[in-house]
Amino acid sequence: MTLTITAQTISIRSIEQLQELSGENVKLCMQCATCTGMCPMTAEMDHSPRKVMHLAQFGMLDRLSDSNTWWKCASCHACTVKCPRGIDIAKVMEALRQRVLRTNKNYIEPSALPAERIAELPQIAMVAAFRKLTS
Amino acid sequence: MCDADNTTTKKTIRVATGDRAILPEGAKTIPIYIMGKKYDVPETLTIMKAMEFAGFKFLRGAGCRGGICGACPTVYRMAGDYKLHYGLACQTVVEANMYLAQIPFFPANRAEYNIEEIGGGAEAIHALYPELFRCVACNLCTKACPMDVDVLGYISALKQGNIKKAAELSFDCIQCGLCASRCMGEIPQYHIAQLARRVYGRYIQPRAEHLRKRVEEIESGKYDAMLADLSAMSKEELEKCYVEREREPDMTSPGAWQPKETRYL
Amino acid sequence: MKISYYPGCTLKSKAANLEAAAVAALAALGIDVEEIDRWNCCGAVFSLTADDLIHQVGPVRNLIRAKEKGAAQLLTLCSMCYNTLARANRIMRDDAVKRDTINRFMDDEIDYAGEVEVVHMLTFLEREVGWQKIREKIRVPLEGLRVAPYYGCTLQRPAEVGIEPFGSFNLMTGLLSALGATVTPFDAADKCCGSYQVLNGEAGARSTAAVIVDRAAAAGAEALATSCPLCEYNLGKQQGRLLEAGQIATAVPTFYFTQLLAVALGVAPESCLFELNDAASLDLLKTKNCLVAA
Repeated sequence: MTLTITAQTISIRSIEQLQELSGENVKLCMQCATCTGMCPMTAEMDHSPRKVMHLAQFGMLDRLSDSNTWWKCASCHACTVKCPRGIDIAKVMEALRQRVLRTNKNYIEPSALPAERIAELPQIAMVAAFRKLTS
Repeated sequence: MCDADNTTTKKTIRVATGDRAILPEGAKTIPIYIMGKKYDVPETLTIMKAMEFAGFKFLRGAGCRGGICGACPTVYRMAGDYKLHYGLACQTVVEANMYLAQIPFFPANRAEYNIEEIGGGAEAIHALYPELFRCVACNLCTKACPMDVDVLGYISALKQGNIKKAAELSFDCIQCGLCASRCMGEIPQYHIAQLARRVYGRYIQPRAEHLRKRVEEIESGKYDAMLADLSAMSKEELEKCYVEREREPDMTSPGAWQPKETRYL
Repeated sequence: MKISYYPGCTLKSKAANLEAAAVAALAALGIDVEEIDRWNCCGAVFSLTADDLIHQVGPVRNLIRAKEKGAAQLLTLCSMCYNTLARANRIMRDDAVKRDTINRFMDDEIDYAGEVEVVHMLTFLEREVGWQKIREKIRVPLEGLRVAPYYGCTLQRPAEVGIEPFGSFNLMTGLLSALGATVTPFDAADKCCGSYQVLNGEAGARSTAAVIVDRAAAAGAEALATSCPLCEYNLGKQQGRLLEAGQIATAVPTFYFTQLLAVALGVAPESCLFELNDAASLDLLKTKNCLVAA
């Protein structure tokens, strides 16, 4: 994949914002893809965690605006514990979610969930899902 | 007050004209700020009375005036302090330099349900109000409650599935809506609590056994003869019956007293 | 011995079996469990943004309850609650700025600085009781029960709160061995079960759960021991659907580790509330003759 890097295609500000929100330095990523290898949810993701980190460190997150990657993340931290650069990728994924959620958007709609599901699931499922996927 | 006879003194008749009000003799006034505008009001009044003194007429936001209907929730602040306080306008006395506004209605979500159909399980409540799980335990709801209800307590209880505890904790709720107005999870606490109390009453609370038995007795005709006798009596006979009635003395232990007339037991 | 205990919402209803078995087992070991008063939901997941404060309030409030009781330790059973409480605790202990802001915000509570230690039951059992003592108290050894210890993600990650280092499974293995069971290690023991993704198009949660159950079966396990109601749901309750959809070939009944502990200690099976597990779980114990009190 070729990334054309010009003043028009990248956003330095978005890199700063992401780093501020996550507390992590995405530029440390060396694209080894260990995170993708550890992640249990990659089959569901449009773009691998590695690819997301790549675009993030180049300030090209607008290319991922329709991506479901950070929404399919289960916050299991497998990526974090094995990253050879010590990046807490779980925090980067959280920041990517919050960038959207903090604009008062919900990714899942609590009121749209089927009643039988809610009745069956342990409460922690709802609490966790709403915490990660709603604003 | 007008003097009917003002021939002896040249007393000025003071009446209310336009937006000026008549102060009680010797009353001290204090400044308060209603929706940002300053008014001088007598210091002994409640917020509600002070607003009416200032010329406001309540079309919404007033009800029982007795602290129980929940129509007059008010948010206020003291000058120079960021801290917000919450109370009922009909119960809270004004203080100098109070900045206040009312929230007569809060559009909190209310689910539609048929109490006869939903059953007595907590899952029913969870399914009707899934936003319940958005609670982050910030406790702003409890702080806002003018009736000192432990709102966080009952929301937590409902998350755990304990309907009885939620019903008991929310008993004093007057549905004013201040809790919902402060909630960062957009939870309609008071509507959920009402559902919990209804479920508790309909499905969980033990039935009064003695009431059920009494209704059974009535329906079986046990009291029919007595009622027939009484209905057939004249006014004088009824009066005599009433005056001569036997009555269990107050503070008698159960079973310790028996009437002399045992026909009707 | 007494220990202060934080249940979490789910353990009072859907996962009452996890708690009931734990309380009964601890009682058999001479330990009194004292639930803290007026606790609230811990939030289940830790909020990961650098600026987050409000989501720490819920867990910290519970830690304050423990502090008010004079507890030095707070026992947890649910992995997710353990993780959330432990991480919030670390913030209050190590981050002076956040600690100050949170304490000021919680002006209706006493100040808190991480004085209470959050401890998961596996750590507690090893440290305060020891596998040897448990071995001595076993009345119904779980002989012949091939059980795979399943950690999930929140017991070990991130490293700062892990009950043991990533890749090591000594605690649950030690416990299950002490119970007389045949521990069957497998390579998906710390693979995430899908967690809350079950509410976001459950395909993802189901496929990762299928991998875990398959790997356990492939390693020769006939049971899975878990510590979390959401893992139990994704791996246990969902197994019927996974089998039906052909996503797994063999069923592997799931148990909370506390249920296996209680059964081995000779606690009456009714105390373990097996009706909240899949029917296959109780059946498996029956066929292994693990329910007869010695």
